[in-house]
This record gives sequence, structure tokens and C-alpha cells, in this order.
Amino acid sequence: MASFDPAEAPDLTDEELKTLDDLKSQLEQMGRERGRLIPMLQFVQDSLAYLPPPAIRLVADHLEISASEVYGVATFYNQFRFNPPGRHPIKVCLGTACHVKGGEIILENFERKLQIKDGQTTADREFSIDRVACVGCCALAPVAIVGETLYGKMQPSKVEGIVLRVKIEKEQQERETRQHEPNLPTPLPPTSE
Amino acid sequence: MSQTSPHRYRQLRNEADRRRREWNESALPKIHIGMATCGIAAGAQETRAAFEEALAEAGVPAHIRAVGCCGHCYAEPVVIIDHPQSGFPPIFYPEVNAGKARMLAKLFLKEGDPRLEHILGATVANDLIPSVMEFPRFNLEHRLIMERCGRIDPEDIYDYIAEGGYEALADTLGRGPEDVIEAVARSGLRGRGGAGFLTGRKWALARAAAGPAKYVICNADEGDPGAYMDRTLLESNPHQVIEGMIIGAHAVGAGRGIIYVRAEYPLAVRILTRAVEQARALGLLGQGILGSALDFDIEVFQGSGAFVCGEETALIQSIEGFRGMPVHRPPYPVAGGLNGRPTLINNVKTLASVPVILQGGVEAFRAVGTEQSPGTAIFSGVGSVVHPGLVEVPMGTSLRTLIFDICGGVPKKKKFKAVQIGGPSGGYLSGAHLDTPIDFDSLAQAGAMMGSGGMVVMDEDACLVDVSRFFLDFTQKESCGKCTFCRIGTRHLLEILERLTQGEGREGDLDLLRQLSEDVKAGSLCGLGKTAPNPVLTSLRYFQDDYEAHVKEKRCPGKMCRPLIAYYIDLEKCARGCNACEGCCPVDAVFITRDRKRGIDQSKCVKCGECVVACPPEYDAVRRVSPPHLAPVIERPPAEEKDPKS
Ligand SMILES: Cc1cc2nc3c(=O)[nH]c(=O)nc-3n(C[C@H](O)[C@H](O)[C@H](O)COP(=O)(O)O)c2cc1C
Ligand code: SF4
Ligand code: SF4
Ligand code: FES
Ligand code: FES
Repeated sequence: MASFDPAEAPDLTDEELKTLDDLKSQLEQMGRERGRLIPMLQFVQDSLAYLPPPAIRLVADHLEISASEVYGVATFYNQFRFNPPGRHPIKVCLGTACHVKGGEIILENFERKLQIKDGQTTADREFSIDRVACVGCCALAPVAIVGETLYGKMQPSKVEGIVLRVKIEKEQQERETRQHEPNLPTPLPPTSE
Repeated sequence: MSQTSPHRYRQLRNEADRRRREWNESALPKIHIGMATCGIAAGAQETRAAFEEALAEAGVPAHIRAVGCCGHCYAEPVVIIDHPQSGFPPIFYPEVNAGKARMLAKLFLKEGDPRLEHILGATVANDLIPSVMEFPRFNLEHRLIMERCGRIDPEDIYDYIAEGGYEALADTLGRGPEDVIEAVARSGLRGRGGAGFLTGRKWALARAAAGPAKYVICNADEGDPGAYMDRTLLESNPHQVIEGMIIGAHAVGAGRGIIYVRAEYPLAVRILTRAVEQARALGLLGQGILGSALDFDIEVFQGSGAFVCGEETALIQSIEGFRGMPVHRPPYPVAGGLNGRPTLINNVKTLASVPVILQGGVEAFRAVGTEQSPGTAIFSGVGSVVHPGLVEVPMGTSLRTLIFDICGGVPKKKKFKAVQIGGPSGGYLSGAHLDTPIDFDSLAQAGAMMGSGGMVVMDEDACLVDVSRFFLDFTQKESCGKCTFCRIGTRHLLEILERLTQGEGREGDLDLLRQLSEDVKAGSLCGLGKTAPNPVLTSLRYFQDDYEAHVKEKRCPGKMCRPLIAYYIDLEKCARGCNACEGCCPVDAVFITRDRKRGIDQSKCVKCGECVVACPPEYDAVRRVSPPHLAPVIERPPAEEKDPKS
């Protein structure tokens, strides 16, 4: 079950504050029945990538229930998160097949490399690490997903290279943005294996 | 009502047939790429892009069609190429990465050479090349429910209709609901959600329940962390499930349907949403379905990832907007379910079986499987097998056939140790049980259970204490917390197992595990708590030696529990100057010995096993031992000692 400590919630960025504002009117279209609570939380998390305290209050006010009631439901489910994910979320599969093939060691290596624990986000919001249960390609176990790219048959020694690759790509992108206008999206890195 | 349902259906079928004919008659080559989650994970998107690019370059026109998953996980990305002009039958290509796709586009599609060294086989029997049907992985399976998975385009409803889809529904609508229920009951179909409850009986109860507004819910929560049959079915052939739901609605008299699917399955959510829209557009959902008196519509609800929400009463709580906590039954959902109304809840595979039964006939269905468990069972067979993937076999097939013939047995000449069936609720079976037939009752008798249909094969290197710890860690986190025995009991069980895997097991721990397991089973309200101890109990029963070794010798026979193992480098075998292990170690634990060989600093080593992989096979110098004191002590030369890092 997701845990939550309001003291850990970071301040919202300007962009997030604006999204929050837009959400207010969008929720109006979603009805006020209690049964809408979970779809509503999903919708809010889709927009903000996590559920910061003001978003919880927004939903609570809209449904006319208490914020603690909303927290009670949201923390029950694994889908909801209360801290912002990194720009490159790392998901390490710890489903049965990946566990048997050493998924935990992969997780530890990411944790060691980035100096954060599973469930946390790096201070610069670049990376976050989460464990997930079976991403559905057990034949490739152990599996990790970084951003949009899935890495199958993972090995602990690949961790360093993957993190480095994301960093290099980011630098490259920044350099290109500075050089050329307009800003072209860089292609996703190819899937490994 | 001016038109009868068979007539409406005929119109849809004619259109579907016309489209199918057009597709079949096209002389262009047809490329089918498996693009379910599994295929995409293996790189199917890059494969598709490579085909498109290379075909454009070569100036070869061709049809590319995204299909679902055929279940052959070991072969992903899977591509089937039908190139009539080449003179070859349709060919199944395994592991088609972007490079292979470009090669096939040029050499096969343009120049007509199928590159036989890359094929698995033809998809049909022919005189030119061997057919895949000669392999046990194909011919021992019996595809009854998954027959169309990986063949049709899941995003095109006409593709399903052209295969006879929705015909069972059209037929059914002309028959009385009792008639339909009677047929389902006679088929002997049992719920595929785990417990094996008779579907016909459940439908009759839901029909008999009073109330004008009833619901049909499709349970696609699939929470077992190692099973993905339901996801595959939904992604590969959503309409078969929807058709089953509509037939269910007609049978029990329901007006609204909900598919409760995990939000972690975004592709399944997308494909289902689209399938529902298409069905609605063709009058297969909504008011007066196919011109009959049936009004029924379906909505897709995304489950938020709590294992316990697969339990039917928790699932209902969750749809109502509450924490997914099971509630006491009775009332059963068939009497008082969602919003207090009669609710029929069935698993994805159960619902997908219904059109097959009604279309093919009750006798044909009963002809497959056993008397008490008719039909087929679908498993996701993973772990230490040569051909992991989804398999559909007649109920009653032996575990031996499933593991050794269909899945190809244990790779790397290792020995089979155990098979875990049913995920967190299921149990282990040992080599002595390999002749157990797979059906609800035989598995339960042996101590495992059908459960989710997850199946993990373990070889001699697996530690069952550790895998049991893994499952308990899962159930402990997923316990909803309502029952003390489930909430606290699973935590205690986990603590003991953790202790064992860390070499701190105590005298009496095994008895404690047994006693506690029985208590948790007895003191829990729902299936989660009632079955959570199964992995512990069955591993204790069949593999007590594993536990004893952990407690008495602090030894892990499978060499999996990291606190109980050590790595060392065999100096006899280590080649001077080879630096493979040093380079790969994530924590700089490898040092250079006095005679320029390599040693492992036990105080730094995190036991990741990388150096074993890195050490070139001709030296094969890294050893793994348990208990750790078996590793010889090799001193790090003082000169090599680096300053502690800041
Ligand atoms: C902890 C727990 C998890 C369950 N998870 C699922 C699930 O993921 N899918 C499912 O169909 N049934 C699941 N069930 C069983 C359901 O409660 C219910 O029996 C089933 O959906 C009925 O469908 P059937 O009659 O078609 O089998 C679960 C039960 C328990 C106790
Ligand atoms: S057995 Fe466990 S999961 Fe089930 S209701 Fe009780 S506490 Fe909740
Ligand atoms: S097992 Fe891992 S940590 Fe230990 S020496 Fe080998 S590579 Fe380094
Ligand atoms: S367990 Fe990791 S992909 Fe299935
Ligand atoms: S190939 Fe699709 S589930 Fe494995």
C-alpha cells in the first residue's frame, strides 16, 4: 500500500499550479457521485503525474467529502503516488519470474547508483525508482523500464550504462536546443535485447 | 421490431465476409506482427518501423497488420509472413528484431528467398517446409479459448465477426434466457477466476435474484504478479469477452456491464475501450441489441492496483469508490452486489468460454478436458523452461506434458526441482507430482491450486524458502488489514522466513511456521488470507530439507539467499591479467592479488553475481558457495588498499 507523509510533499511548480487550476473546471464535468472518486483520482494523477495535497483537497471539495477520506482511499491503492515521479521514471520488475532471476539485485544497483530508495525521486527530479509487479514479458526476465524503454535480460552491470545514457542524451538535447530553433524532439533510444 | 437478430447479424457478417475476401484476395504480401504488450516489450514497434522503412526503400508494397499475442513468449517479436507470390506457405518467424525485419523485407519480400535458417516453420502443413504443427509446443496445445489470439486484429471488430464472432450472441438472443443458462450448466463450465465455481449455477442464481437493474462484471483484475493470461486475451481478442458478457446479460437479465481491468494494463484498457465503442456502433451494445429487446451497455473501469480487489466483494467496494476491503458473504454478489443489486461476476476466461460453448456446442466442449473439469486450462508457464509463454491445454493434461513437452523442459541441463502453480495463493509441487493431471480437483488435492493460472518452473538452483518469502512479502503488503490474522499473521510468517533466508533461523521455526499458517488460514475472512500460507505449507511439506539446511547449517541449497552465500575466485583457474571481473563489479570488490590474479573482498561484495557472468567461460574461475565460510580467505595486499572514498 502506498505510504504518505505530507511533510515530504514538495512545493508545486508554476506549471503544476496551472494544471491544478485547469483541473478545477474539468472535474465539474465528472459528476459528484462517490463512485466517481477513483476515476477522478486517476484523471488528476494523469494530469499531474502524482497527487499533491492541493489536488487531494480539490477532489475532496468537489465530492463534498473530507480530505482524509480521500487520502484513505488513495493510499489504499498502489496506483496512486504522492511524490512527483522523475522525468525518467525507472521501474524495476519484481514479479515472480523476475524475482527468481534476480530482479532485486537490479533494483539495488539502481538504488546504489542513484542514491535513492525504491519509491523515491532524486532531488533534481530526473530519476525515480519504483518496483512493479510483472510487466508482462517474463520470458525476458529480469526486466527494467526506464522512461519508455524496456530493457530485458537485465544485468546489474548494465545499470551504470543505462543511467549514463539518459544523462548523455539529456545533455545532447540541451545542447541542441541551445543551438537550433525550433526545438526538435529527440527520438527514443531503441529497446535493448 | 422490424428485423430479427439473425437477420441483423447476417448483414454484419456479410460486410465482414466481404472485407475478409478482399484481404484474402489481395495478391500483396501480408505481414502479421504480434503487437500485444509482450510483443511491444520485446521490440515489435521497432520491428514494424523497420519493415515499413525497408519495404518503402525496396519499393515493395505489402500489408502490415498488427495482431495480438499468440502466446509464444520465447519467440517474441513474432512475425508471420504470407507471401503468396513466393510460392511458400505463410511462415512463422521468431525473434524478428529490426535488423532481421530489414533483411526479410529485402531478401524474402522483394527477392523471394524466405531465409529458411531463420524460420520456426510454416503455419500450415505443406510439401515445401516443415510446419510448426510438428512441434509439441504447437500440437500438444488445444486452442479453444485462445484460438483467434494472434491471428486477428483486435482493433477491428469485423475481423472477429468474419471468424464467426457474435454469431453465438445472435443465436442466443432468439432463445429464452433459461435455455442459455441450461446450456452453460450442461457444459459443466467452471469459473476460471480460481475457485472453479460452476458458471451455470452462478448464472441461474443471478437470474433468480429479484431486481430490475442487474449488473454483469468482468473480473480482469489479474493481480498475481506472475500471470498475464487475461491481459493477453483482452489485448488479442477483446470481442470474445464482450460477446460473453452480452450473452451473460441476456441470461441473467442485466442492463449494465463493467469490465474491471487493471490500470497497469494501459494497452488492454485502450483496446477494450475501442472494442466497446465499435460494438456500440454496430448495435451490439446499447438499446435493442441486434434488434432484440435486450438493452445492455458496458463501461470500462480501471482498477488501481490492489491484489485484494480481485476478490469479488472488494472489487465491488472499489467500484463504489471505497477502499477495496472484502465484506462478509452472504449476501453473495449474485443477490446483493454493486449498489446492492444482483451482480454477476465472472473472470475474463470464463466469459470468453461462453461464445465458444454456445457456438461449438455443449458436447464438443465437454469432449475436451475431464468429466469434472471440462474444457481447457490456460497457464502462463515461466521460469526455468526452454519455451516460456502462454499455453492452453485440455484439462487433465499432466504437469509432465505441460512442462517437459510443451514448454521444452528445464534449460542448461539443469534438474527440475519444483513447480509453483497458482501464484501467491497456490503451492509448490515436486518431481513426484509430475503426473498429476491439471484440473481443479487434482491440483487442490495435491496442495496447489488452479488459482490465477500462473506457473513458475524452478530448477535445482532455486531456493523455495526464498520464493516463499517472496510470496509472503507480496501477500503481507497486499493484505487489506481487516482481519487480524491476515494482517499480523502474514507479517509474522514473513519475519520468520526473512530470518531463515538471512541465516538467523532458530530451532522451532518450522513448527512455528506450520502452526501460524494454520491460524492465518482459519482466521481470515477472504481468499487472500485463507490461501496466503499455501506457498509456505506446500514447500514445508515437499521440500523440508531446504528449510532444515537454512536453519541447521545456515546453508542455502539453491544458493539464492545472499546472506548465506559467498563468491570467490579460484586462483587455480584465474588467468593473470584478465580483467573481466574487476571491470564489471559495481562496488569495486575485486582486487589484484600478489601474483596479479584476482580476489574478492568479502566485506565489500554485494553478491550480485556479475563476475560469474563476466569471467570468460574458458577460465570459469568464479565460484559461488554456501555457507559463506566455505570461501577461502584471500587477503587483499595492503598496497592495493585504496583510500576510503569521500
Ligand atoms: C485475493 C483474491 C484475488 C482474486 N483475484 C482474482 C482475479 O484477479 N481475477 C479473477 O477473475 N478472480 C479473482 N478472484 C476470484 C473472485 O473473487 C471471483 O471468485 C471470480 O472473479 C469469479 O469468477 P469465475 O466464477 O468466473 O471464476 C480472487 C479472489 C481472491 C480471494
Ligand atoms: S483475509 Fe486479509 S485481505 Fe482478506 S479481508 Fe481479511 S485482512 Fe483483508
Ligand atoms: S558478486 Fe558482484 S559484488 Fe561480488 S565481486 Fe562479483 S561482481 Fe563484485
Ligand atoms: S515477472 Fe517481470 S515481467 Fe513478468
Ligand atoms: S508472447 Fe504475448 S504474452 Fe508472451
